Amino acid sequence: MRAEFAQAMLALFQKRSNLVFITGDVGYMALEAVAETYAERFINSGVAEQNAVSLAAGLAREGHLPWVYGHAPFVVMRPYEQIRNDVCLHRLPVKLVGNGGGYGFGIMGATHHALEDIGAMRALPNMRIYVPLTAADINQVIDMMAEDPLPNYLRLNTSAPIPGVLPAFAPWRRIKRGRRCLVIGMGPVLGNLYELGDQELLDEIEMWSLGMFPIEDMPADLIASIREKRCVVTIEEHYGTCGLGEALSHLFLTHGVFPQSFISLHAAGYPTGRYGSQRWHQEESGLAGQALRSRLEKVIRG
Amino acid sequence: MRRDETTVEYVKLEEHVFSVKKRFLAMYKKANAGHVGCSLSCAEILVLLKFAWMRDDDTFVLSKGHAAAALYSLLAEADVLTPSQIDSYYEDGTQLPALPPVNAIREIPFATGSLGHGLSLCAGMALGAILNRQDRRFFCVTSDGELDEGSVWEAALFVAHHKLTNVVWLIDRNHIQGIGRTEEVMALEPLDAKLRAFGFHAVTADGHDFVSLLAARDECTRVLGGQDMPVAIIAETLKGHGIRYMQDTVDSHYLPMDDAQYEQALEELTDAHGAALRGYRNAG
Repeated sequence: MRAEFAQAMLALFQKRSNLVFITGDVGYMALEAVAETYAERFINSGVAEQNAVSLAAGLAREGHLPWVYGHAPFVVMRPYEQIRNDVCLHRLPVKLVGNGGGYGFGIMGATHHALEDIGAMRALPNMRIYVPLTAADINQVIDMMAEDPLPNYLRLNTSAPIPGVLPAFAPWRRIKRGRRCLVIGMGPVLGNLYELGDQELLDEIEMWSLGMFPIEDMPADLIASIREKRCVVTIEEHYGTCGLGEALSHLFLTHGVFPQSFISLHAAGYPTGRYGSQRWHQEESGLAGQALRSRLEKVIRG
Repeated sequence: MRRDETTVEYVKLEEHVFSVKKRFLAMYKKANAGHVGCSLSCAEILVLLKFAWMRDDDTFVLSKGHAAAALYSLLAEADVLTPSQIDSYYEDGTQLPALPPVNAIREIPFATGSLGHGLSLCAGMALGAILNRQDRRFFCVTSDGELDEGSVWEAALFVAHHKLTNVVWLIDRNHIQGIGRTEEVMALEPLDAKLRAFGFHAVTADGHDFVSLLAARDECTRVLGGQDMPVAIIAETLKGHGIRYMQDTVDSHYLPMDDAQYEQALEELTDAHGAALRGYRNAG
């Protein structure tokens, strides 16, 4: 999604005059055109994320719309207090963009992964989070963020390989209909279901995508489906703690919606202490490949 | 400026300092609150900025938010805060908590208190003003213990690299931090050399003496006019300045005043104020 993000930022520059793009010294072979176009409004603030976020807060207070770009773990975790104090408490429209959410940086290892970024951002006041599903979402998401008066966090990841034309980006989207089970996903990991190559299994699954936090409502169609289907499965490339599954279980309870069964598929971290590609880590966590297929078969076919 | 005009300026500033200190001592006493020493160490610096340096469209960030009472008192001195607001300090439901509030008072752009944020915030606002083609300045007061925070040095690198000559950084160098003396806890010296190495024009001043502070101001103004180097003032101060039982003690960071101590503080403050005025007048 990184290339699409850069393109979207170039397009946004034609529409708004108050943008400032701050990178924490990353974006090689991705941000060159952004740097050229934004000119004095492009700041490489160096390897210093705390300063970058407070700078952005100061810029926002002076009427600018700052975007702070970096690797997801570094944009979220290193400057967490600056995000809370300087940005969120003051309700300033600072736009944080984390590239490589989840296991996105694969073989780079654990320090480069972001398995708790959504949870960390969800805990903050006034923060709105955007999690696109495919690269086709990016343009629309960037426009929404530019209009959003709140602090935002955008989690970029590898685009999901979902066939066909999807509904436009929205907090809730029904991606496909299915007979027996509901799978609700956050981000591109949902697309891993299409890669299982099991059309029969796929036909059993109704698929929804959640793209924003906090979750402000629940579509009536979704509630009806939960009541009708045999089970609800959530899938996320994020730790279970403070993630999608926990958020939805709370949402269901407060809406009086009680699925017959509820299973959370989420990142397991590093259970064997070994490292690999993004896909390898997803498989180790049961979020892709045969492990995912087995878990879904067990839930759906009993 | 002629000598008698200079004397008038000093006297005016001394009167403001006396009033600001009296007000915040009363606030601390009523609230039975600590951080008295922290406010006493930066009172002259704040008065210098508000009454002898900043223009109306300039912005101030008190990065050492634990001296908020001094800031509130300063804003009352400038008729920004009302007596009833000051009276509410530390009370339940107040807009004036122990450390500066969020989005409550226009002259307090950011809630501070967690140390190491102020200089970055000023850098961001300063950059924002430059992009807006505005000639506005941003003043930041940090403590010295605060300089242990790495983010201060991230900000210092940025301010120097971008030659932000619309930022003025003042360090309240009282040599005492949380639970000890800076040079024993985490040595900062030679601080002026560190600042110079980071690309700042560093000026050392007596942070309780307006002759010295105004000279530092004038030197900074001259340097900033050159547009190629940011400035930092190391204001040498004493925590709990001017009150013998508090002065230069760690205790003055924390302990509230009992009745006798408060009376003593007011008495010493009044004596010191009288002596300062006599000194300026004799010099003038």
